[in-house]
Amino acid sequence: MSATNTQSVSQYTKYTNRTATSRATSEAAWVRYSLIGTMLVFLSLFLFIPLASVFAEAFRKGAQTYFAAIVEPDALSAIKLTLIAAGIAVPLNLVFGVAAAWAIAKFEFKGKSFLITLIDLPFAVSPVIAGLIYVLMFGLQGWFGGWLSDNDIKIIFALPGIVLATTFVTFPFVARELIPLMQAQGKEEEEAALVLGASGWQMFWRVTLPNIKWGLLYGMILCNARAMGEFGAVSVVSGHIRGLTNTLPLHVEILYNEYNYAAAFAVASLLALLALLTLVLKSYVEWQATRNAADIEKEIKDEV
Amino acid sequence: MKNRPNKNTLPGFNLSLGYAILYLSLIVIIPLSATFLKAFTLNWADFWQAVASPRVVASYKLTFGASFIGALINVVFGLLTAWVLTRYHFFGKKFVDAFVDFPFALPTAVAGIALSAIYSTHGWIGSRLEPLGIHVAYTPLGVVVALTFIGLPFVVRTVQPVLEDLSAEVEEAAASLGANRWQVFYKIILPAIWPALITGFALAFARAIGEYGSVIFIAGNMPMVSEITPLIIITKLEQYDYAGATAVAAVMLVISFILLFAINGFQWWSNRRLGNNR
Repeated sequence: MSATNTQSVSQYTKYTNRTATSRATSEAAWVRYSLIGTMLVFLSLFLFIPLASVFAEAFRKGAQTYFAAIVEPDALSAIKLTLIAAGIAVPLNLVFGVAAAWAIAKFEFKGKSFLITLIDLPFAVSPVIAGLIYVLMFGLQGWFGGWLSDNDIKIIFALPGIVLATTFVTFPFVARELIPLMQAQGKEEEEAALVLGASGWQMFWRVTLPNIKWGLLYGMILCNARAMGEFGAVSVVSGHIRGLTNTLPLHVEILYNEYNYAAAFAVASLLALLALLTLVLKSYVEWQATRNAADIEKEIKDEV
Repeated sequence: MKNRPNKNTLPGFNLSLGYAILYLSLIVIIPLSATFLKAFTLNWADFWQAVASPRVVASYKLTFGASFIGALINVVFGLLTAWVLTRYHFFGKKFVDAFVDFPFALPTAVAGIALSAIYSTHGWIGSRLEPLGIHVAYTPLGVVVALTFIGLPFVVRTVQPVLEDLSAEVEEAAASLGANRWQVFYKIILPAIWPALITGFALAFARAIGEYGSVIFIAGNMPMVSEITPLIIITKLEQYDYAGATAVAAVMLVISFILLFAINGFQWWSNRRLGNNR
């Protein structure tokens, strides 16, 4: 595995292996099929059947009950609140992600890897604790609780708390996607833009942003899916006030706990559709990004 | 890299780093530190009372035990899935590959009610397990099912790229020297992928111990039996026992941070190990 030319040889053998020539590095047909079968059974038990059951339960009492559960005022206000919370949290984390990735990928400074670990922290924290920390800060008995209630500002059991909790749990998504991408891209292109007389912002809008757009979009899609679907953290700070501080996942919980299963699964099916849409968009962006990378590679080869 | 002095000509370092650190502090660092400060205001007896009462200890056992088993299941089936997806061709492979990320995309509450619907005694799968005497929903087994679901993508996604990068030559060499397929797997492939397996295990485990949404619907939440630690925190909060909730949260945070640093350290170590080999 030393020189680069062996790599292309192995690449070559990898593809020729597909024909019947090398039985030695492939398994007997019965092994292959039983492995594929085992995988499909496992994935069915844990992925496909649960997904199918959401829609089956949602339509159990007919399409009319289904649509009635979705257009009901509490459900609509839950949809609205979910959109607002994600609409604030995602852009906030997007700006942070770009700023953090710019500093980390393009510059050298002390404590960089520690900073990266700190950015990852929210993924290591239980969603319940993510909600708790804001209750301890802004709740009635919290650090700022007295001051906030004196000034009649509500954060916990209100929209700002929901936005804060959502922002916390989706904090690392964009930064995590961009840091390795921008590190790999280096800084030659930006330096060239500056040498050619671009201002800092011109360089950012015309060089940096086009280069990172697929990674940015990818991080945004994941961030948005989590923001709209977050349950634990939002559950702690929301107070579950129907029609006021209920997001979609919390609305599902309330309906479910009231044994209103058809309605609960109807609202849940919206979130399942969101998840499916997320997977489709994600696959599309992955495909675009690899195609982009392949194009760039080809351009470089053509130039040489 | 040209031999340039330390000067970096790109603009915006102070602005971007300053903003990133300010935002990180406001959203993450200060609230998290406040939690620890609050935990420190408890005296030792109260703290111990909150974090070591029998009901809380039972929840640790369930949370860590079920997370461990779930992550272990994912190591076995995640490796299998990664293997099948990198090595074999079958109809619908691209679809299956994309679908592995479904647990990341599906809101946990939806996962929770869907799993409890199919694994309850009247559900599609639960009703078939019932005659065998296996009860999944509303038992600790249900917790394992939910935690297996949410950890599913981790092992697949850490092992898959490593399997893709393995060169066929080494396997061919081993085969031509007379190794059978099992020996090749055991002696050639496994040594190459075990760091990824461990990383995937640790990520799935770390995610599982904090998980709340998908578990509470299927667990039944019986104290001492099927009550997870995050639920203990919620229960204490609902009883306005902020100090107790904070104490349990502090214990969980410390464990999560240790795991996070262990995973980062391990990845750094295994990258270096791979780097040295090349």
